[in-house]
Amino acid sequence: MYFYILKRILSLVPVLFVVSIVAFLLIYLTPGDPVSVMLGQEASAEQIEALREQMGFNDPLYIQYFHWLLGVVQGNLGDSYFMHMPVATAIVEHLGPTLSIAVFAEIIAIIIALPVGILAAKHRGSLMDQFVMGFTLTGMAIPSFIFGLILMLVLGVKLGWLPVAGYQPLSSGFWNYLQYLLMPGLALGIIQSALIARMTRSSMLEVLNADFIKTARSKGVKERSIIYVHALRNALLPIITVVGQTFGLLLAGAVVIETIFNIPGIGQLVLNSIQSRDYAVIQGVILMVAFFYVLINLVIDLLYMLIDPRVGY
Amino acid sequence: MGQPLLEINNLQTHFNTERGRVTAVDGISFSVEKGEILGVVGESGCGKSVTAQSILRLFDEKYTASYDGEIKLQGEDLLKLSKANMEKIRGNEVSMIFQDPLSSLNPVFTIGFQLTETIRIHQKHTKQEAYQMAIELLRMTGIPSPEKRIDEYPHQLSGGMRQRVMIAMALACKPKLLIADEPTTALDVTIQAQILDLILELNEELGMAVVFITHDLGVVAEICTRVVVMYLGQVVEEANVEDLFTNPLHPYTKGLMKSIPQIEGNRSEKLNVIGGTVPALTDIPKGCRFATRCEYANDLCKEKAPDLQLHEGHHKVRCWHYADIARKEAVEHAIPTS
Repeated sequence: MYFYILKRILSLVPVLFVVSIVAFLLIYLTPGDPVSVMLGQEASAEQIEALREQMGFNDPLYIQYFHWLLGVVQGNLGDSYFMHMPVATAIVEHLGPTLSIAVFAEIIAIIIALPVGILAAKHRGSLMDQFVMGFTLTGMAIPSFIFGLILMLVLGVKLGWLPVAGYQPLSSGFWNYLQYLLMPGLALGIIQSALIARMTRSSMLEVLNADFIKTARSKGVKERSIIYVHALRNALLPIITVVGQTFGLLLAGAVVIETIFNIPGIGQLVLNSIQSRDYAVIQGVILMVAFFYVLINLVIDLLYMLIDPRVGY
Repeated sequence: MGQPLLEINNLQTHFNTERGRVTAVDGISFSVEKGEILGVVGESGCGKSVTAQSILRLFDEKYTASYDGEIKLQGEDLLKLSKANMEKIRGNEVSMIFQDPLSSLNPVFTIGFQLTETIRIHQKHTKQEAYQMAIELLRMTGIPSPEKRIDEYPHQLSGGMRQRVMIAMALACKPKLLIADEPTTALDVTIQAQILDLILELNEELGMAVVFITHDLGVVAEICTRVVVMYLGQVVEEANVEDLFTNPLHPYTKGLMKSIPQIEGNRSEKLNVIGGTVPALTDIPKGCRFATRCEYANDLCKEKAPDLQLHEGHHKVRCWHYADIARKEAVEHAIPTS
């Protein structure tokens, strides 16, 4: 089992290596020269050349890559040309809001999706099941920002219950922190819950047809524990996978939601950096997102092992 | 004879399908005496498994299945019980083992959990007591080093051991009746024999009656005392094992007997097969259900369905012509054709 865990962790190294190459090269494949952007339109050719030389842009590509990678491994993602701060610091600063919203939205999504999906599966074909299926289909079709705007209009503008936009860190007090998270969290969470609920339903349906459910019933196990003990744990694997994927997406920054609610998260950081061609930041964010994705997948794999003894055996 | 342990009267099991309501089991009646082993035989799709699972009402009654008739366990009609009372019967008074022990055990729980669960649902025991009882059950069903096996998961056991675990689970509360739904079909031949021996042994030691569902007539001959032959949701013949094998009456039973490969005789001789296939449940023949495949069928058979009638003793048969056929065969035996 420990061997399996070690194997899973080691298998991440090549993935991250490839991602780092892609992140590095991506910048060179996009049009626009950061140096001319930095120096403005009036800069002379000599000035531009000097800065290029200074920043190492004239070195061969692989040397640039290894310089960069060496720094990355040591936790140095370079400096932002425009924010005048280390990229790592900028990312950490913007990570707080994004992480908060992602966790909050995911919790909301799970709280809604699991019971709804289970109930729909339990009463397959009933009116409630059809309602759930229709509702979740609508949920998947609506972009989260439309839902966010509706929430903002109703809860923020008309009723005035919640602040319309903005973000306050946890250090400003828990309620203060929470009330800014509620609307973006709900907007993202409810939309995500549609997908998770559908996955829960189909996964539960499959498991409820399994022979061992019949065995459990023939033993006299109560319907409730058939669903929540015997079936749910078996149905959990695909559900966890979807939860992990949606969480990864949320971490990559819900750009639109962050923009609407004016939240200084990763989404805004990426948007600003792309507009100003702040290459170091873009690279840093790509790496960070890839790292989180890989990490989430590792966690999912380890959870698999906890839930299903056949994995890693 | 006193009250039978299990008495099924005119049981019908209906399913709601996308193509309408079908009746998979249509008017089955038979009884099981205390301590006996009753075989239920038939081809796939004849409703034998549905009958078995109907006894415990395992089908979803809310949306898909409904039952008619009576299933009396020691005089009490199971079909009239509430859901909660039915749960008290399952695994306690009547328990069941299934065809494929791998898919019938929950893969994510240990053997111990699944065994102690049954014990603790029906009896008041602490976890430790139930755990010790589970070890004893595993020992009783012939699992080596049960102390170690009890903490393992189903995938860590062999097929034969898994079926032993299923049997141990079924025995947990010393049921009066065990329903075995093709318990040896998915196993190797040598393992099959071991499991059959185990069931016979437990039947003798515990006095537990067994309803043994199978399509294997060899198995029936080996362990059953009485046999019910099913075809398309109905009983077509019922007899003691000796009577059935020495004097099968229904053309379908005769066909089944002839389709058993014989070790003696000519290799080039073709195995006897019953022509045609079982009609679909949505397309049940109007008269005798076997008429479409029966060599003796005439207009009467195609028009009117025969009842299950008593031949002699406990031998019952559902056929218009069984007496004529028997007479004709006796003559053929007496005067060998050329």
